[in-house]
Amino acid sequence: MGLRLALRPYVLIVPALLLTCGILYPFGLGLYYTLFDFSASKPQPDMVGFENYRTVFTQEAFWNSAWVTVLYAVGAAAVETVLGVAVALLLHRSSVVGRILEKILILPLMIAPVIAAIIWKLMLQPSVGVVNHLLEPVGLGGVQWTDTPTGALLSSIAVDVWVYTPFVAILALAGLRSLPTSPFEAAAVDGAGWWYTFRRLTLPMLWPYVLVAVIFRFMDSLKVFDIIYALTEGGPGDSTVVLQIRAYLEAIRFQRYSFGISYTIVLWAVVYLAAMVLVRHLGKIQRRAAEVTR
Amino acid sequence: MDTHAHDRRRFLTLTAAAAAAPLLTACGAGFGGDDQQGDGSAADDVTGSFDWKREQGTTVKALLNKHPYTDALVADLKAFTEQTGIKVEYDVFPEDNYFDKLTVDLSSGRASYDVFMLGAYMVWQYGPPGWLEDLGPWMSNSSATDGDWDQGDFFPNLLQADQWSLKAGAPLGQGGQYALPWGWETNVVAYNTEVFGKLGLKPAETFDELRELASAIKKKAPGAGYDGMYGIAVRGSRSWATIHPGFMTMYARNGLRDFTVDGGKLTPAMNTPQAVAFTEDWAGMVKQGGPPSWTSYSWYQCSSDLGAKKAGMLFDADTAAYFQAVEGASPASGRIAFHPGPKGPDGSLATNMWIWSLGMNAKSKKKSAGWLFLQWATGKEHLRRSAVTHNHIDPVRKSVSQDAAYKDKMRKLPGFLETFETVVDQTRIQFTPQAQFFDATTSWAAALQEIYGGQGAKSVLDDLAGDLADKVD
Repeated sequence: MGLRLALRPYVLIVPALLLTCGILYPFGLGLYYTLFDFSASKPQPDMVGFENYRTVFTQEAFWNSAWVTVLYAVGAAAVETVLGVAVALLLHRSSVVGRILEKILILPLMIAPVIAAIIWKLMLQPSVGVVNHLLEPVGLGGVQWTDTPTGALLSSIAVDVWVYTPFVAILALAGLRSLPTSPFEAAAVDGAGWWYTFRRLTLPMLWPYVLVAVIFRFMDSLKVFDIIYALTEGGPGDSTVVLQIRAYLEAIRFQRYSFGISYTIVLWAVVYLAAMVLVRHLGKIQRRAAEVTR
Repeated sequence: MDTHAHDRRRFLTLTAAAAAAPLLTACGAGFGGDDQQGDGSAADDVTGSFDWKREQGTTVKALLNKHPYTDALVADLKAFTEQTGIKVEYDVFPEDNYFDKLTVDLSSGRASYDVFMLGAYMVWQYGPPGWLEDLGPWMSNSSATDGDWDQGDFFPNLLQADQWSLKAGAPLGQGGQYALPWGWETNVVAYNTEVFGKLGLKPAETFDELRELASAIKKKAPGAGYDGMYGIAVRGSRSWATIHPGFMTMYARNGLRDFTVDGGKLTPAMNTPQAVAFTEDWAGMVKQGGPPSWTSYSWYQCSSDLGAKKAGMLFDADTAAYFQAVEGASPASGRIAFHPGPKGPDGSLATNMWIWSLGMNAKSKKKSAGWLFLQWATGKEHLRRSAVTHNHIDPVRKSVSQDAAYKDKMRKLPGFLETFETVVDQTRIQFTPQAQFFDATTSWAAALQEIYGGQGAKSVLDDLAGDLADKVD
């Protein structure tokens, strides 16, 4: 009996331990591989130290991909946040329409992003796509959405926004519904206007929820692969080759395994640093929100 | 409170960061390859007289790509099992991720699949690491190979395309036989006869004529009742597959090469003055007479547009047009004809090709049964049945191409047989064999998109050549 009791804490951590090992093993193995020149043409590789990283950082292609990745992540996360919060504020007003829209809103989240990208690719097709067909009456029927570098990037961001804005809206709506009512009642008694209440009460208290949504969306957007690959395959030229696509091409398509994994490790480091900064910021925002409710 | 908040923050950070590494898992198979090939072949173990029932009771696993040729194979598998007593279990994957699946599987060093479909270009990637069984010893072993299999019946350029010495730049047709041709596609021009008739046009015989024709159709066809029709459908997506059909065919007909080989050293040649001029003209043709949103065009969009009467011509695989041309397949059915396409300045009809081949996993534990399957699948009987009763339309065997029933069937498509017979002897792989083929052609497609987007052809192709020179060195 005593032994079983003593062992219980160790038994309880076994699932977590297995999960941790399941994550850390491939990660550690991948990190180890980057120190070699492992590729299909060299299945018995030599240790090359940090040569793969040196090559990554000296390639123009890497800096182009890093820049495209940052543009995509910042653009997508920013638009999704603004739209998501706006939609949440509209839905927060209790009405029959609001409740119906709430249900409809989550539909894009139920579609796999790669499927959404394929659907949008068809809809954006200039000659047979529905988007240009709808724009034709206002004289914008001839737009070639993904044929130019800027158009391809903006179209990819637009698909991301279509898929993930509901995610931000739902998080923000949950936040709005959990806010204490007394500060708003006091503000109403004092005759505060909508804009004043929003700026001084709603927004500061909602920020922690919004920032959690931003963290998830920004991290996810940095790692984007499916939407862009299905929509543009990274083109035209190299204009939408984000870091994940570059890593996929190097490791899987071109079979330069060690070099491709080096790209992934660099991306992991970028995501980790960004997450650290944002999560630290979240702590400050949470403290500020707590002060508002006092 | 603080501890919990701190833990939650750390959890968020770690979760977000760890999720960045899915590719690591995919690549976590270990240094799975093995470049140490044994001296002997498993074919040497097969002795005695040939017997189709030699491996009776064995099960062979096959990895197949979704394709009409595959449908014909699957429909006939019962005949193979009856003939050999071997059962075939198979997985079919769509082309978009077929080769990723095959690559990951072969690179893992396991023998999940004994036999599989591959293109001849894949031999250049899968051959050097030792993933493919050399079929040469099997073909030359009379105990392992049926006397009726008849190696000499294959079109020689097709058999040679799967044969390579594994040395970058070395010509095909030497060294190991790493796959067998099973079905192929030649790249020619298919056109809408109704539009050509209405506008009084005839197929182009030179590249200049093709460019003018594409432009003329785009200008005139909408006014002749073909709303939204453009001149010519060619591939344009950022993929290796954009280069090998129409583009490489016309490039080769102009006497141009992808690389020059001197003393075993490869030098990129896509930036020579002639190649730059041709590439500029190709991009110009697409701009003047090609599809809108060309940079997203794969074979599928090209083929669909011909069938939907959105494209007046298609310069791509003959199969891409065939499946729109057959009765009831599309609005353009019955109005699609075939033509070899423009000749080069010296009259060349050099044509690039895609060969669906069948190969064997070097790690397979059932090579003898696998070889019986490959023999049967590339044999006269099965290929004739596939060509006559199914849609296996480009025969790899001379005997099938001359079969009366096959000819009767294909004669219904205007120009198909004549085109096939005109280009068959000049159709071969026009690329220089080398292991970085997919990197080189993907980058080439990206360069083509940049030129189409308005960047200077010379500087883009110089950059491409500079980049590739280091990689193929």
